Amino acid sequence: MAVAAVAPPVGGVTPAPVHRDGLIRSLPLKAKIGGVILGFYILMAILGSSIAPNNPSTQTATVLGATAPSLHHLLGTTSFGQDVLSQLLVSMGSTVELGLLVGVIATALAMVVGLTAGYLGGAADEGLSLLANVFLVLPALPLLIVVLAESGSHSALVPEAVVLSVLGWAWGARVIRAQTLTLRSRDFVAAARESGERTWRIIFCEILPNEVSLIAASFVGTVLYAILTSVVLAFIGVVSLSTWSLGTMLYWAQGQEAIQIGAWWWWIPPGVAAATLGMSLVLLNFGLDELGNPRLRDTRGRKRRGRKQRPSDPTPVVREASS
Amino acid sequence: MRFIIRRLGFYAVAAWFALTVNFFIPRALPGNAVQALMAKYQNLQPQAMKALEIQFGTGHQGSIFHQYYVYLGNMLSGNLGTSVSYSPASVVSVLRSTLPWTVALVGTATIIAFTLGTLLGIIAAWRRGGWLDRSLPAFTFIQATPYFFLALLLIELLSLKLHVFPFAGGFTLGDTPGWNWTFIGSALYHSILPATTIVVTSMAGWMLQMRNVMITTIGEDYVLAAQAKGLSPRRIMFTYAARNAILPNIAGFALAIGFVVAGALIMEFVFSYPGVGLTLYNAVVSDDYALIQGVFLVIAFAVLLACLLADIVYVIADPRARREAAY
Repeated sequence: MAVAAVAPPVGGVTPAPVHRDGLIRSLPLKAKIGGVILGFYILMAILGSSIAPNNPSTQTATVLGATAPSLHHLLGTTSFGQDVLSQLLVSMGSTVELGLLVGVIATALAMVVGLTAGYLGGAADEGLSLLANVFLVLPALPLLIVVLAESGSHSALVPEAVVLSVLGWAWGARVIRAQTLTLRSRDFVAAARESGERTWRIIFCEILPNEVSLIAASFVGTVLYAILTSVVLAFIGVVSLSTWSLGTMLYWAQGQEAIQIGAWWWWIPPGVAAATLGMSLVLLNFGLDELGNPRLRDTRGRKRRGRKQRPSDPTPVVREASS
Repeated sequence: MRFIIRRLGFYAVAAWFALTVNFFIPRALPGNAVQALMAKYQNLQPQAMKALEIQFGTGHQGSIFHQYYVYLGNMLSGNLGTSVSYSPASVVSVLRSTLPWTVALVGTATIIAFTLGTLLGIIAAWRRGGWLDRSLPAFTFIQATPYFFLALLLIELLSLKLHVFPFAGGFTLGDTPGWNWTFIGSALYHSILPATTIVVTSMAGWMLQMRNVMITTIGEDYVLAAQAKGLSPRRIMFTYAARNAILPNIAGFALAIGFVVAGALIMEFVFSYPGVGLTLYNAVVSDDYALIQGVFLVIAFAVLLACLLADIVYVIADPRARREAAY
């Protein structure tokens, strides 16, 4: 099939593609792998707290002190005697929830700023672009630490998700603005303007649908940022430690010197979970990239047919044998 | 030059923004939070107490505009307030002793990572489908790994299991810092593991970007023309394809440096490396707000400076940015 002009299904949102079967099958392998891993973690996030064998905060082991994985505790226990598997299952819920929440808020902000700046142009564009660039160039993590540490994170005056969103919209806004700039001079937008459609209608009904794949990629990138950043923030202890998340698990493991006492089952699982969760998002974004830029697509199928591809070969824009 | 002047203007705005945010955050807090904070420091020396009052805008200090004016004056004269946890040391003197460690480590590691990542990206794109190109998913995994988790893994493997590298500190305890070989050797030895962490984690991003841009560049007509002329593959690879593909990488450097620095901060905390990151962590633990804000400002300005340097390199590398000045 031709280069997909329809958006790829991301996070379960499939905007009714024309050739549904063909589209899913033509998704790059990376996107499929990423989607499967992400799906697994989302399932874990939804079901986690109900299938967790124990309460993550109470001491369930008969002996106090970190014990290695056994049949009773599949991932061992912490030195407080808490079940690591239960902690992991419960933590996944709050971490994924925070990531998605920040993704939604920040992407919405990015869309509003990017579309407005790109479509209106002029002073509005200058101002909004300047703001986005300032947010991009300032180091976000130290700023987050300042805000969260001073807003008394322990009492959660300012929800972490809001702070993360306010500092995380700029990249998406920049990308969406650039795309809007190229779209606004197209004929169909001019036609809509001539026929007297209102500005907001042009922006949201004419331009927006053409940027869905870009917005999806920006959303995935923002979720990745939110998850990694929240893990780091919890790890150094500037956010509320009363809820379980992958970051707080690592915080307690580090605080109780899990590494030094050799309790690998305590700190490796949350770290690997965070890393693979992040990787699934990166893979998903690669897949989206490849949909948009066919030159990046995997050329291994071509190679297997016995022909070595040289850099100067014409780029395979459309792979004929993809159905 | 016009490009550089425009960028200078932009960085001035960004710096002003950082200073202003820094001014308003403590004042945006609800009053009771500030009081609770002040109550925590009942037994401080008067001058430290005064510094705290100035910072949170409590007490009698005139209108907010006047406070802002005084604040900007303080900042410009390099007065960042008094540290509570290192009392009576000033924030500036605390930072002065820790900043060189961070700049030396993060600066060197970032340059190594950028060079190595770009080079590997060139090779991966040139040998499309080769082993390096196919091992990219492994690099994705590293890219998505939280920095500190990789640092923990390295500590577990190389320090605690194999005892190859020390797991904490910036130099051997007992050595006096100074320009002698024992100290420099010990400092270098202690920096290997933290530097490796930064290089490995930040390299992946530059490698992936370089590879993707390079693949697009390789498809350009001028590369085909160079090939038709019969130039050597190495020359085509570096002076034709990579020469142009590197531009987005340099431009992206400015945006990436913030992430690298952020990762390095956490890494310092994991390795107990005596830099700004560890200072920031200690400040957070001991609620030393003046120091937290001082660290934020110093990092923000360092990042802005690094971005400016990247811009200058960009002007040198991209003739179009220079020509813009002619218009």
